[in-house]
Amino acid sequence: MIQMEDISKSYKVAKRNGGFKEACRTLFRREYETIRALDHISFTIKDGEMVGYIGPNGAGKSSTIKILSGILTPDSGTCLVDGRIPWKDRVNHVRHIGVVFGQRTQLWWDVPVADSYELLKDIYSISKDTYRHNLEELTELLNLGELLKTPARQLSLGQRMRCEIGASLLHEPKILFLDEPTIGLDAVSKLAVREFILRQNREHGTTVILTTHDMQDIEALTNRVILIGKGRVLMDGGLDQLHRGGANIDETVAELYRSYDI
Amino acid sequence: MKVRDTFHLYVHYVSIQVKSKMQYKASFFLSAMGQFLVSFNVFLGMLFLFMRFSAVAGFTYSQVLLCFSIFLMEFSLAECVGRGFDTFSTMVRKGEFDRVMVRPRGLVLQVLGSRFELTRFGRMLQALVMFVYGVTKSGIRWNGAKVMTVAFMLAGGTAVFFGIFLVYAALCFFTLEGLEVINIFTDGAREFGKYPVGIYGESILKFCTWVVPYALVQHYPLLYLLDYRTETWWSFVPLLASLFLIPCYGLWRLGVRRYQSAGS
Repeated sequence: MIQMEDISKSYKVAKRNGGFKEACRTLFRREYETIRALDHISFTIKDGEMVGYIGPNGAGKSSTIKILSGILTPDSGTCLVDGRIPWKDRVNHVRHIGVVFGQRTQLWWDVPVADSYELLKDIYSISKDTYRHNLEELTELLNLGELLKTPARQLSLGQRMRCEIGASLLHEPKILFLDEPTIGLDAVSKLAVREFILRQNREHGTTVILTTHDMQDIEALTNRVILIGKGRVLMDGGLDQLHRGGANIDETVAELYRSYDI
Repeated sequence: MKVRDTFHLYVHYVSIQVKSKMQYKASFFLSAMGQFLVSFNVFLGMLFLFMRFSAVAGFTYSQVLLCFSIFLMEFSLAECVGRGFDTFSTMVRKGEFDRVMVRPRGLVLQVLGSRFELTRFGRMLQALVMFVYGVTKSGIRWNGAKVMTVAFMLAGGTAVFFGIFLVYAALCFFTLEGLEVINIFTDGAREFGKYPVGIYGESILKFCTWVVPYALVQHYPLLYLLDYRTETWWSFVPLLASLFLIPCYGLWRLGVRRYQSAGS
């Protein structure tokens, strides 16, 4: 169960115009602008739900994920994930979550994936039996067999993403955060990843929170969509609300962005 | 149990690093050799200096060499283990620190485990050669207490350098870039630490005693080794230097807190 209530977060960003003269000037006098990344965000996500978290670039998606995973401390508001305050109880909290950052790897670059997995086993203190069982299951479902012997740097993007997802599920997290998991993948890999996530949710009851710009991901995976823009929740509801504008979901969403002026 | 588990994990981290390095064998051997040669260069520089002057501030060539070799060993050890903190700015900028935060382990342990610089063995080997030379020629009358003193010097000095790396890393939270100024205290110290810091005068000695305690692991124990100081408690002075880690760790904690509230 994830409860977010009235979470706000703002950043101070140094501002200056382009050009060398300006760069010299700001060396001595900085001007800061406060950006409200999150502005009283509230939502509740039940166990086993799959939620799409969408919004244009810079809307505050990553900030939300970072707060939920204990990386950031919000300025105000309360947040409870299975009864834990993520940033106060980081070590205990992250034991029960999995995070996939689509654009960054969590595998050790120069060693075979299997070595990375072994290290993760020790980092999460996974018992031998659990590890073997999970590894077998993940290998079969994600078709990792040969990939495990390959160094991460030699994998294609699609292969690597399968390994990344496997890596974040070894410790059986109750909650899985996926930050753009299908970015840059070809059609076959995309379908494989989607099908796996669906299955993981169905069979293990894993709660999945998915940020993406790919509306097909949303259609395939989630029943509920939270739309945020300029740090506020603009819409929180079923997928059917996105379908009102017609069959083309991309256009509907673009229309939504426009109508909310974000 | 917890300590053993942590240590086991650290060894596992290191083994991954070693495996990674083995992927690039030529690069590994060349950089290790480079490290060796650079230090050898310094060694030659000192040799030429002492061919003209027989002593610096009352210290003979072999005594200075002993001082330098121990200092170099401390530095290489700290760099070997603490390289993750030395290159911490990259970690923050690339966002890898976020990944560290979502793993259920101590942050220091994970950053330590992120880099293990094996190539520093080249430098350590050079230090060892000089050390052996210094020990045999310096005319020190060795006894149990003095051997212990050398061990304490190694431990304390490694702690001091490690502390500086920690400060360097902590500052990255505030500036995002590494501050090259700090290199005065690492690479710079390695250079000026060739000689017992006492020769640089009273004020430098005070700074190196009370602010960044190089003198505690180098100047004072050396005087003890050479029988200029005779009280036994001097042999424990190098251990005091590890107190330096406390404020360094404090700064690191402060940095982490700032990271959590400021984002990347």
